[in-house]
Amino acid sequence: MTDLTVADPPAALQRRSHVNSDLQAQRVRSAWVFLAPTLLVLALVAGWPLVRTIYFSFTNASLTNLSGAEFIGFDNYLSWITLKSGRTIFRGLLADAAWWNAVWNTLKFTIVSVSIETVLGLVVALVLNVQFPGRGFVRAAILVPWAIPTIVSAKMWAWMLNDQFGILNDILLGLGLISQKVAWTANPDTAMIAVLIVDVWKTTPFMALLILAGLQMVPGDIYEAAKIDGVHPVRVFWRVTLPLIRPALMVAVIFRMLDALRIFDLIYVLTPNNAQTKTMSVLARENLFDFDKFAYGAAASTMLFLIIAAITVLYMWFGRVNVGGER
Amino acid sequence: MVATLAKRTAFYALVAGIIVIAVFPFYYAILTSLKSGTALFRVDYWPTQFSLANYTSVVSQGSFLRNLGNSLLVAGAVVAISLLLAVTAAYALGRVRFRGRSLLLLTILSVSMFPQIAVLAGLFELIRGIGIFNTPLALIFSYMIFTLPFTVWVLTTFMRDLPVEIEEAAIVDGASPWVVITRVFMPLMWPALVTTGLLAFIAAWNEFLFALTFTSSDVQRTVPVAIALLSGASNFEIPWGNIMAASVIVTVPLVVLVLIFQRRIISGLTAGGVKG
Repeated sequence: MTDLTVADPPAALQRRSHVNSDLQAQRVRSAWVFLAPTLLVLALVAGWPLVRTIYFSFTNASLTNLSGAEFIGFDNYLSWITLKSGRTIFRGLLADAAWWNAVWNTLKFTIVSVSIETVLGLVVALVLNVQFPGRGFVRAAILVPWAIPTIVSAKMWAWMLNDQFGILNDILLGLGLISQKVAWTANPDTAMIAVLIVDVWKTTPFMALLILAGLQMVPGDIYEAAKIDGVHPVRVFWRVTLPLIRPALMVAVIFRMLDALRIFDLIYVLTPNNAQTKTMSVLARENLFDFDKFAYGAAASTMLFLIIAAITVLYMWFGRVNVGGER
Repeated sequence: MVATLAKRTAFYALVAGIIVIAVFPFYYAILTSLKSGTALFRVDYWPTQFSLANYTSVVSQGSFLRNLGNSLLVAGAVVAISLLLAVTAAYALGRVRFRGRSLLLLTILSVSMFPQIAVLAGLFELIRGIGIFNTPLALIFSYMIFTLPFTVWVLTTFMRDLPVEIEEAAIVDGASPWVVITRVFMPLMWPALVTTGLLAFIAAWNEFLFALTFTSSDVQRTVPVAIALLSGASNFEIPWGNIMAASVIVTVPLVVLVLIFQRRIISGLTAGGVKG
């Protein structure tokens, strides 16, 4: 499926370019000219702000006084003072229970949501890989959750999950699965479940489509051969299909994982002010703009960036996913 | 015989289940948006009422139409600018061999994996510094961080796969690279441009974090922020009817686009591995 490697330009072009090195030099020059605007915009919108965020995390900047920020070293991350009584008091992000709660919430959300989405996405992809009348219709239907803005899906589900008038409680009561109405988004025990339900609903289609693209690359004669040999379909799935779609699956999982780790909007709208679902992004933004602890929020943002970078590197290392780079 | 029938029934039950789960929340939002008064607070599975009261109320009060205009303006500008930049960049990355090309591509791709929150503090300073805070420009500028890497990536892949002969003929005729891009490649790239443009449009239309942070007044907001902040007289009077009507208004154009361009979108999604 996703051919994420970009090969060299066609060989014929290279060969002839060597004949005329002037032409090649001119091409390279114009290539840089063409790249310059894009690189400039990316440097301005991504590179510079990232550097500034990291810088702010080492200062005492506040929302109202960004320019007067003074360098204070690692104090936003961790600092300690020893009292006369011999007691040591730790302060800073790394000693903040709220931060570790957010880290734990984010990891829990990421692992559970991506696992469920992978399994369900695989099921939907396997269904869509079968030729049947109305397949196009199903494919169109599963694109609907993907296309709906996250904020809108959060609101739609908030209404369906409403404790008094929500349809989900009505259905579950009707089926006898619950004995009384559940306040899904407000109750600390169910808030994370509510977030997971909405996220799984919204992003499983993306997973399914990526996996489907991988499934469609598997040559049909492999299945024919397995059928003739009388291999059980379940065995075919585990031994043939799954290993063959592994690269596609890995890419889909890593994209979803990176996305889940930075989740913000769904939680901000669906379960605001709920400690059970507060993620790293929500905590960082809250400190930056709501609590007037700009530098502290910048430190949280920097930590989130480092955590995501570390997880990406680890995952690519162990999974040997070749995203980009050379063949 | 019975076994295959059972299997087929189970398969179609699964298919039906997938469709219902995928579409039901949107269906229910439409259903709710068409109810008014006390009917809103009664659970119905089928349409019982057809009232446009919620729609007229959401459009007439507040700045919802203005917000729709903002969203349209921002998303349209983001698509135009990122396609313009990406086409030239993709030509350089896809057709010309030079040192550091792979590293550049990898860098551009890694930008799209950035958590947006990591640049939020720095972007906030920059946007306030150049005086575009609380204007559509702030959003058009900041959205480049997720649309540009993705469009460059997909268009590079597409350009690389075009045959070499078409370019050679133009070069032999003495065409400059700019002429090659505009006269030779552009006409061939319409399908890829439509796909990436659509995906960039949807991403910009749906964005929330930057829109929430970089605008501060009601009239400058985009629709996702407007919907998120739509509230009643008090916390206990959430105007569900209005919220559902606004949600339907925002979503219907997207759903229509997606259904029309279904195949293109799927190929674009799988080619770019873009986030949803």
